Amino acid sequence: MSKVVKIKKGLDIKLKGSAEKVLAKATIAESYAVKPTDFAGLMPKLVVKQGDQVKVGTPLFFDKNRPEIMFVSPVSGTVSAINRGERRKLLEVVVTPGTEQEYEKHNVGNAASLNREELIALMLKGGVWPFIKQRPYGIIANPSDTPKDIFISGFDTAPLGVDMDFILTNEAEHFQKGIDILKKLTPNKVHLGVTTGNAASGILKKVKGVESTIFTGPHPAGNVGVHINHIAPINKGEIVWTIDPQLVALLGRFFTSGIYNVEKIIAVAGSEVKRPQYFRIITGASLKCIAYNIASENSPRYISGNVLTGTELSADGFLGFYDNMISVIPEGNHHELFGWAKLFRPKVFSTSHAYLSFLTPNKKYALDTNLNGGERAFVMTGQYEKVLPMDIYPVYLLKAILAEDIDKMEQLGIYEVIEEDLALCEFVCTSKTEVQAILRKGIDLMIKEMS
Amino acid sequence: MKALRRYLDKIKPTFSKGGKLGMFHSTFDAFESFMFVPNTVTHKGSHIRDGIDLKRTMSVVVLALMPALLFGMWNTGYQHFMSMGLTEQVSFWQTFWFGFWKVLPIVIVSYVVGLGIEFAFAQSRGHEVNEGFLVTGMLIPLIMPVDVPLWIVALATAFAVIIGKEVFGGTGMNVWNPALLARAFVFFAYPSHISGDKVWIASMIKGEGIIDGFSGATPLAIAANGTGETGANMTVEALQQQMPSVYDMFMGFIPGSIGETSKLAILLGAAILLITGIGSWRIMLATVVGGLGMGYLCNFLAVNPYMELPAYYHLLMGGFAFGAVFMATDPVSASQTNTGKWIYGLLLGIMIVIIRIFNPAYPEGVMLAILLMNTFAPLIDYYVVGANINRRLKRTKVQA
Repeated sequence: MSKVVKIKKGLDIKLKGSAEKVLAKATIAESYAVKPTDFAGLMPKLVVKQGDQVKVGTPLFFDKNRPEIMFVSPVSGTVSAINRGERRKLLEVVVTPGTEQEYEKHNVGNAASLNREELIALMLKGGVWPFIKQRPYGIIANPSDTPKDIFISGFDTAPLGVDMDFILTNEAEHFQKGIDILKKLTPNKVHLGVTTGNAASGILKKVKGVESTIFTGPHPAGNVGVHINHIAPINKGEIVWTIDPQLVALLGRFFTSGIYNVEKIIAVAGSEVKRPQYFRIITGASLKCIAYNIASENSPRYISGNVLTGTELSADGFLGFYDNMISVIPEGNHHELFGWAKLFRPKVFSTSHAYLSFLTPNKKYALDTNLNGGERAFVMTGQYEKVLPMDIYPVYLLKAILAEDIDKMEQLGIYEVIEEDLALCEFVCTSKTEVQAILRKGIDLMIKEMS
Repeated sequence: MKALRRYLDKIKPTFSKGGKLGMFHSTFDAFESFMFVPNTVTHKGSHIRDGIDLKRTMSVVVLALMPALLFGMWNTGYQHFMSMGLTEQVSFWQTFWFGFWKVLPIVIVSYVVGLGIEFAFAQSRGHEVNEGFLVTGMLIPLIMPVDVPLWIVALATAFAVIIGKEVFGGTGMNVWNPALLARAFVFFAYPSHISGDKVWIASMIKGEGIIDGFSGATPLAIAANGTGETGANMTVEALQQQMPSVYDMFMGFIPGSIGETSKLAILLGAAILLITGIGSWRIMLATVVGGLGMGYLCNFLAVNPYMELPAYYHLLMGGFAFGAVFMATDPVSASQTNTGKWIYGLLLGIMIVIIRIFNPAYPEGVMLAILLMNTFAPLIDYYVVGANINRRLKRTKVQA
């Protein structure tokens, strides 16, 4: 019997437009992009230029600090644009697919007989290494490290979160293969966090070779950071690796076929989606391919990922590398007369009982992106603690970051959290503090100081 | 309302940076965001946000103070007419209106002075105007004696806002509860206006028409008779005889600061704070437990009638209830960790009773006890957070 961990603190935000478990027809986008900004702390160095022909799996850029880590093209075709932002920061490498798909093929042989070094070398060359992230910091794992453990969260509790069982329905074999490979990368265990909602017949319950732990409770119960914190919290100097379950299957696929195949199943959900459901899509696809499914006439907010942690996209933006969903919600750029003073505000959800939304706990909302107030200094206390199921004092950690006090940050547990773990703190904050941005600033500072 | 919105949109550029009146940006923003929830959208981090904001939070607290304010107005009239022996002759509304016109100027002075300074500071710093003073501005009148001169209210408010809050960086940065600081200012700078038996009842200082033998002393002042020489030859029953009945003290038909007398009105406010979750139940409960506990301990060790007074008397006398519900729970100046809140509240309750009973110079201990605990709150939190740090360090050592 697996260990059961009951998460009590947290918050399930019930939104309209959760994806129906129906797989839409395969969609082909007119262009695909790899975005260096998807990888925290990455310093990219381009190896292609506009107009170059690339195959599936051809490197587009690599990590300046760790040149062995390659980022490869998800499709074959022409590099049609290299988009840069302020100070020439590299934002997107766009590839327009050609009619014929050509592949860079790697000789993976029989993965079961390869040793750790050979596996890592293949993963680096094949462009699948960035699948693995490390804690602390939530950056791409360092191939020269040996992680204490590897953690996978088999379920998603975020608002409108995806159903991993559904996504992995036809990937059982690849998922098992991916797990077998991961097992060779760590001298210890591969931990898989599951929940009581996971189907008994699904691969997540049947997979072999993992240490399963059952987590129940509200979001962030599905966050891998919470799992790590409850199973074996990260101490100073320790490194664990994490990987998304769908990427485990893609890893298995790579070692089966030898090609970089990042076609995955994502949910397109949210109140502005006509028919919220699942789509088969290649990572990096342009959102234009789902535009027909958007109901809103006013331009809505497109988010790669969930509404708490995802990245804001324009209507022609590209799906992020790690994301399993696209959320589309209304923009909140409107004024509301005396909104803060109204007794009833049926469209507003609040954890605070100062609004009456606590009387209708099962109501679903079409929340928009309005900040619902102005940014203020920290005033209220005890709010963050209610939604963070970890033994951490988030406000003190944030204040240490704002003061750039490295020692205090370390002592208060910065190694144990990344943005997604504190996303709910940001959601509930009365003072509208930019919790995730502050935390990333702190992590960047740690990386700089500790290297 | 659309017309108003259009008008605001039209004049907004004038008040924006670079506009003709750009220097009044904060003031404009304060009025605009008062009328309309701003159209700001999220860009970093979480795309959706909780509906709560500081305006809502603070207005709930102000709402929770309303029962105490309204009762305070009525009681001001009631005490006044009682001192003249006229309670039979005046109607409810006459009583209320008398108090209303006594209290309203204090409220207005507090808000005008305080908000004026807040706006000026926000303006000079280029910040948005913070809502914190909405509550402070209401608390200050409620903890003043009704006969306090308005210029003292103005001076105390200015002191509290400037020295108590703005020098530290504004709302959220202050060490002490600003409203209590205003009271402490009056207490130490103009003691004759906030102590003694005559200041608690309107027009009693003037002394016209006061009936013979009417003292105007607060229950706490009477209870203090139960110590020292006067108390030496007195039984606790005799002391209780001198004091108002428990019913009167609970309902609030007693002299005292404007908002502190009615425990019923305060309980209504406490209910609002607790249901909305805006006031900390930990602090309120811990303060009451601390006060009662110390009260019982005094009963046990009693050497004079004051110490023999039933412990629950301490909850009914003076500002204990008001302090525990509205003052001690100020999230900025109280302890911020949940464990810290328990310690803070317990010590606060204990301290109030100690100051009341054992310090002959101050009949009331709530104000000083809360200010003292405000001072220690960061220290309490320091140790609570320190324990968290130690747990983390220990974990590392066990591993190594």
